Amino acid sequence: MNVLKLIYKNLFRHSLRSVLTILGVAVAVLAFGLLRTVVTAWSYGVEASSADRLVTRHAVSFIFPLPVAYRDQIAGIPGVTRVTYANWFQGIYKDQSFENFFPRLAVDAETIFEVYKEYEVPADQLAAFKKQRNSCVIGRKLAEQHGFKIGDVIPITGDIFPGRWEFTVAGVYAGKDKTADETQLFFHWDYLNERSRETAPWVTDQVGWYIVQIGQPNEAANISAAIDALYANSAAKTKSETEKAFQQSFVSLSGAIITSLEVISYVIIGIILMVLANTIIMSARERIREYAVLRTLGFTAFHVIGLIIGESLFISMSGGALGLALTFPVSSWFGAQFPTIFPVFAVQPSTVVLAALFALAVGLIAASFPAARSARMRIVDGLRQIG
Amino acid sequence: MSTLVEVQNVTKVYRRDTMEIPVLQNISLAVPEGEFLALMGPSGSGKTTLLNLISGIDQPTSGSIIVAGTDIAKLNETALAKWRSNHVGFVFQFYNLMPVMTAFENVELPLLLTNLSKKERKERVEAVLRVVGLEDRMDHYPKQLSGGQQQRVAIARAIVTDPTLIIGDEPTGDLDRKSAEEILILLGRLNKEFKKTIIMVTHDPHAAESAHKVQHLDKGELRQD
Amino acid sequence: MKIPISYNLRNLWTRRLTTSLTVGGISLVVFVFAAVLMLAQGVEDTLVATGSDDNVIILRKGSTTELLSAVSRDQIGIINTFPEVAVGADGTPYGTSDVVTIINLNKKQTKDMGNISVRGVSAGTTALRPQVRLASGRWFRQGSTEIVVGNKIHDQFENVEPGQEIQIGSKRWTIVGVYEAGRTGFASEIWADADMLMAEFNRSTTFSTYTFRLKDPADYDVIKTKLETEQRLQDLEVKREQQFYREQSEGMSVFIKALGLFITVIFSVGAMIGAMITMYAAVANRTVEIGTLRALGFRRRSVLAAFLAEALALSFIGGVVGLVLASFLQAVSFSTTNFGSFSELAFGFSLSMDIVISTMIFALTMGVVGGFLPAVRASRLSIINALRAV
Repeated sequence: MNVLKLIYKNLFRHSLRSVLTILGVAVAVLAFGLLRTVVTAWSYGVEASSADRLVTRHAVSFIFPLPVAYRDQIAGIPGVTRVTYANWFQGIYKDQSFENFFPRLAVDAETIFEVYKEYEVPADQLAAFKKQRNSCVIGRKLAEQHGFKIGDVIPITGDIFPGRWEFTVAGVYAGKDKTADETQLFFHWDYLNERSRETAPWVTDQVGWYIVQIGQPNEAANISAAIDALYANSAAKTKSETEKAFQQSFVSLSGAIITSLEVISYVIIGIILMVLANTIIMSARERIREYAVLRTLGFTAFHVIGLIIGESLFISMSGGALGLALTFPVSSWFGAQFPTIFPVFAVQPSTVVLAALFALAVGLIAASFPAARSARMRIVDGLRQIG
Repeated sequence: MSTLVEVQNVTKVYRRDTMEIPVLQNISLAVPEGEFLALMGPSGSGKTTLLNLISGIDQPTSGSIIVAGTDIAKLNETALAKWRSNHVGFVFQFYNLMPVMTAFENVELPLLLTNLSKKERKERVEAVLRVVGLEDRMDHYPKQLSGGQQQRVAIARAIVTDPTLIIGDEPTGDLDRKSAEEILILLGRLNKEFKKTIIMVTHDPHAAESAHKVQHLDKGELRQD
Repeated sequence: MKIPISYNLRNLWTRRLTTSLTVGGISLVVFVFAAVLMLAQGVEDTLVATGSDDNVIILRKGSTTELLSAVSRDQIGIINTFPEVAVGADGTPYGTSDVVTIINLNKKQTKDMGNISVRGVSAGTTALRPQVRLASGRWFRQGSTEIVVGNKIHDQFENVEPGQEIQIGSKRWTIVGVYEAGRTGFASEIWADADMLMAEFNRSTTFSTYTFRLKDPADYDVIKTKLETEQRLQDLEVKREQQFYREQSEGMSVFIKALGLFITVIFSVGAMIGAMITMYAAVANRTVEIGTLRALGFRRRSVLAAFLAEALALSFIGGVVGLVLASFLQAVSFSTTNFGSFSELAFGFSLSMDIVISTMIFALTMGVVGGFLPAVRASRLSIINALRAV
């Protein structure tokens, strides 16, 4: 017989209530974990950023294009090792549903995979891609999702760049680590530009943004300023920043949504607290006389407080553990439904730690009121209670 | 025989909001070692309060209570807790066993406060359960025992630490005639054979007959007879 | 024989702490549920309100957003020759040629940057968009670099007070007024003179879109076919104005609704568990009472009804508290980037009678589901066992 056994046995005296409370805590922790995973997934791009890359885009909005002529000038700035560029092609694959959405980018085939070293393409596939004007390289996840294989032709109906487009799959890239986005399609910018001359002359010789690789990450601020200074008086002014800052600005565009989700995740903590506190107060109230008897035997008020807190923590931690255990499979399922909306959807360690901390805190807080009350109660009053 | 318990000029006043309710008025009492004392009196006479003071679960407003040489009226809460675990064994009217623990575990409970090993605890528990005649029901839960059996477990719990005093608050109050008889016989044995000092509150005159001495309380004062 | 309601209510009051905790939990869930519904309704209101049924918008084919669209002056001239286009008393067609671009402004509190749509409009715009009304200051003068700011932008972003200047393109433009536009997307824009704005971006003949009023809303299909078969208008697309703006925000709307629904489902499970716990405890604590009531002659179903009533009372109070809290959201504007148009869009929280009713039904349902099993247990206690339990 020891204290833990007493706590455990007391809890399961009212097993239905204890089980329900643990379930309640588990459900809430699951919701918390999921919401936070959605919030962290939103910033996946920030995590995937590389310290040695800058993004140069139109100062007003990345929507507006920049002249391709800027490329050589940017490459000439000291500290810049390589410059590549991309255009957001958009277009429609089959239809406008979530399932058929994936990023489609026109890139400089020669340099793109050298700047994005984390996207690994087998050498022969890369060579094939560079050789064939109308080919493309797609991400592994995208290939899996739609069953694309090397040699397949992917038809896209253009909108920004009108017309019917077909890209032959020349290669598949895989991300070096977990944070890489494997849902993109890259094709030749030159191909886009040629066709635009006929069909959409107002977009020729323009790029969406430049990706600038620099030699020294701590030179980022200086080089960014140098690039922007070049075009300060041009019609198309630029804004250069680290890739991380660029990705972060995307995240803050949806700031309101993210904040709401965070607020809701804290509301959840409040709910857990109320449900758990309710149960602990009820059970402590039923056992006032028992606690008084323990004290007549010589157990101190601290022992009693320990019992109450122990019970509360047992429920909150087991509910928390169960909720966390469920968070992983549920998140996987959720992320699998929207692979291109959330290319990287994983439960972050920070979420696990936060959930555990909250379970601990809630367990302590829920017990505080009944524990304090029992400490103040005199033995004789406690004995008088009808259980 | 030396005096085990000395109550000196003890007064107890309860404060309810702004009202003061005197429960015990200047009580003095001496209980020699090995005594079996019954405290009797009508409802509201203060007998339970006196019992509570002697057993250290309440403290007087003024006066001293000296048990085995220690004035427990002067001890703080922590010291009192320790003192209780060493010197007092309680028997309540409603048994007050932990429903989630077996008879064995209930009796073992006070020993958890000591430094005894698991083996030593087991020996002691089995020994006292034998004394009360329930060694074959060690693993039963209170709800599987009759009222009389539960009270016997409670008595086993009360003596397992070999306390100086056994305190009973209406120990037969909730029992039928036969069970009550068994309990009183058991208490008598504890007093005669094991030399335990017993102070018991009761309003049952038949129960009082088992005691050596009876003291009457009325309106917070001891009646001298 | 029915057990009086006061019995239930007094029981709830006696165990105030437990009652308030349970009510608190339920009200939080109700709050989230109502907030989600209100936001979805606010989104819907904005979608519906922006654009009207008798207006038609012309854009370049394949433009999902006005920013990427282009319609030339000549093409507008051709369109205006069709009889279906409504004309005023003086013969001028009811139409507005718009030029749309984006600028950056900083939000007031968070200092986050937002992309704001700047819409250059023609003189005819107010006739076509009656929801737009001046709230303070004055309207901009045609042919000047004056601008007016939508009230949602005025509320959320800094440095957009009348009298201040902002940079658009190469020039500084002066804010001379603030306009209201109800719940429409126009309220999150800045308006200027179309010709002046076009000059700024070196486009003298190309507008972004052309919007005109139909003489008869039923003419839509007719004019659509005519325009789409017209040779010189081959690269253009015809849509009802309302339909176009709806499509722009559809993705946003679906996403918010889906997320909200998902959250609510999980929350409601939690709330039901909370209600269940409380009700089970209530039953356990009042076993003797229940036995007594039955011994007195109250029937099983009265006991069932009594406990259900208590659960309903709990959830009713929780529902009301949650709704009251949610109603304060009506003062809040939810402003985020609409990925459909790449610019800022403000949604409000709209509380309608429908939402009030749905929310209360939701709350009461939680109470019934949570309280049902415990109530059944209460009614099933045998009298003897109940009275014996101490």
